[in-house]
Amino acid sequence: MEEFTLSCPLPMDQYPRIVLAHGGGGTLMHQLISRMFRPAFGNPLLDAGHDGAVFPLTGQRLAFTTDSYVVRPLFFPGGDIGTLAVNGTVNDLAMCGARPLYLSAGFILEEGLPMDLLWRIVKSMSRAAQAARVQVVTGDTKVVDKGKGDGVFITTTGVGVITHSLVIAPSSVRPGDLILLNGDIGRHGIAVMSVREGLAFESAIESDCAPLADLVANLLDAGIEIHCLRDLTRGGLASALVEIAREGRVAVTIEERAIPVCEEVQGACEILGLDPLYVANEGRFVAFVRPGAVEQALTIMRVHPLGVDACLIGRVASEPSGLVTTRSRIGTSRVVQMLSGEQLPRIC
Amino acid sequence: MKFLNEYRDAEVAAAYARALERLTTRPWTIMEVCGGQTHTIVKFGVDALLPREITLVHGPGCPVCVTPVELLDKAMEIASRPEVILCSFGDMLRVPGTARDLFSVKAAGADVRVVYSPMEAVGLARENPAREVVFFAVGFETTAPANAMAAVQGHCLGLRNFSLLVAHVLVPPAIEAILSSASNRVQGFLAPGHVCTVMGFSEYERIAQQHRVPIVVTGFEPLDILQGIHMCIKQLEEGRAEVENQYSRSVRREGNTAAQALVCDVFRVCHRRWRGLGEIPQSGLTLQEKYSSFDAEKRFGVAGAAGAESSECQSSLILRGALRPDQCSVFGTRCTPEHPLGAPMVSSEGACAAYYRYRQFPTVESAAALRIS
Repeated sequence: MEEFTLSCPLPMDQYPRIVLAHGGGGTLMHQLISRMFRPAFGNPLLDAGHDGAVFPLTGQRLAFTTDSYVVRPLFFPGGDIGTLAVNGTVNDLAMCGARPLYLSAGFILEEGLPMDLLWRIVKSMSRAAQAARVQVVTGDTKVVDKGKGDGVFITTTGVGVITHSLVIAPSSVRPGDLILLNGDIGRHGIAVMSVREGLAFESAIESDCAPLADLVANLLDAGIEIHCLRDLTRGGLASALVEIAREGRVAVTIEERAIPVCEEVQGACEILGLDPLYVANEGRFVAFVRPGAVEQALTIMRVHPLGVDACLIGRVASEPSGLVTTRSRIGTSRVVQMLSGEQLPRIC
Repeated sequence: MKFLNEYRDAEVAAAYARALERLTTRPWTIMEVCGGQTHTIVKFGVDALLPREITLVHGPGCPVCVTPVELLDKAMEIASRPEVILCSFGDMLRVPGTARDLFSVKAAGADVRVVYSPMEAVGLARENPAREVVFFAVGFETTAPANAMAAVQGHCLGLRNFSLLVAHVLVPPAIEAILSSASNRVQGFLAPGHVCTVMGFSEYERIAQQHRVPIVVTGFEPLDILQGIHMCIKQLEEGRAEVENQYSRSVRREGNTAAQALVCDVFRVCHRRWRGLGEIPQSGLTLQEKYSSFDAEKRFGVAGAAGAESSECQSSLILRGALRPDQCSVFGTRCTPEHPLGAPMVSSEGACAAYYRYRQFPTVESAAALRIS
């Protein structure tokens, strides 16, 4: 056997152990992926840097993706870990422009987990799968010692089929493309944070967790020329746009006033010192669309329940490549960065 | 949103910019003291609206940034004990101590928890009688009343497993330290609105008079800051040096007297070392004798530890307004939010973090293309 000589590529003097921010969807997570996982597994499909891999198989293109879910608390306003585990993977397939078909579900359960709690999670997974029109066709169960897990961890893997000829990926984004968003941002992050930290707001903010495949299919079926799709998850709208600008080597400009944020989320963000651009979502996505198709795309989105507040938030230019800027409310311009580590509430 | 977007109105902002253009006849340098104000200025690009004669320099008003390394080291030493739950506000966790940060200590197994209020730490102490709960009490006068209340509650509840690691600092001595420095170039101050909401502004009147410097108590929204700058420049142009209150919707001259009484009951003024600035006399708070049993430094015997700041970090110049973050030689290269050399790069109120987040360009060419910096 060949000697295994691969040395760890991460700068060990800086982070000799995994810190929480390595899973935060921001810069540290990207470093982990680009310096450890990509070099180790490197291949053209992985290097495409998309939400899932797309590959041909006997004449058809398939999309293939996986995601793990570790939310605390397991239940939150508007959803639970089960709905997340189904919708998250369904959405990753949808962002490849695929119609989701089959999911696998791997459960890591902690010893002592109440059976009825697991049943509630499984039931909501079943409901979510039905709503998204996918089937959970294979699975796995492992139990770990008490104290070695956080109740339930779920990993879902999904396969979907692509029935159009578009190449939906950051590399397809062109200068002049317009950027559409399907609704207001920040609900999921604030909903989870409010229960996790016991913050009481005047009205309960519900997670936006939802399956986006149906809405995306409506756009594709109408022949809208979509160049790229990306769902807004942990790193929020800002991180999604920075990822696409970097991968697609384009410049992105957004208009802060055009981005819908509901009053409850804005209020919570002001109190906690968070920026809604970086707060997590589970049912929101951006679509990069050819300029001529925007009016039709918005019309289609707005008749769907998950796109009622769809809007145009920005545009793509060629230079400066890899940069996202926003025009602020007082009319000045600034850079939008990827989330660094985790967003942390401020002191005062 | 009500009472928020009104203070972010582009037309009113442009009107202030025009008024400042008419008012300003020569170069002036103003310091905004609070890190929250710095972030508004950098995030919204308030400085881009000002006439070129006005220079804004960023002050030391970020409690996370000025907490000395030795206190961070103490926090990490305490947190590493198996019986301890260390509670801290979130943005303290990423700040580098001599060798590591609280995040790394947490990853190595310490029980470090982010709380939103010191009262949560009191609750944790009640729920975990077998553990030692320590609250890292950081902040200016703004957070002092709530932290004082935690000590009072701990006392009333007879909690023997609750203590505070106190790192409180005060604004007026820091302003005086800056004004007394030989290299000072600050001609007017925007005083921190939330500190003054608690403490009032009578103490600033003495400073304005003694140092012949205008001080405007200012809020945190873009229009607050533009109005504060306008009031400050008007004083400078007219040769006045007074305390004025821009943030009158929150601040009264006498402040919140009930909160002040609570702070005086629990804390007394002491000398305090500031990160980057060194020791400033009478610039910190420590627990009064009757609350000394809640002093974590005494309880855990860590009172003597000494820490070392990174030799490359120039936060001493940044925090005094002598250097702009993007003028620092390691900014954005050896020092980033992922691998910070100093606290101003990671705190949510730190000036370096603001510049990195809102002004940092991937390449020199792209900065030139946008002409912002």
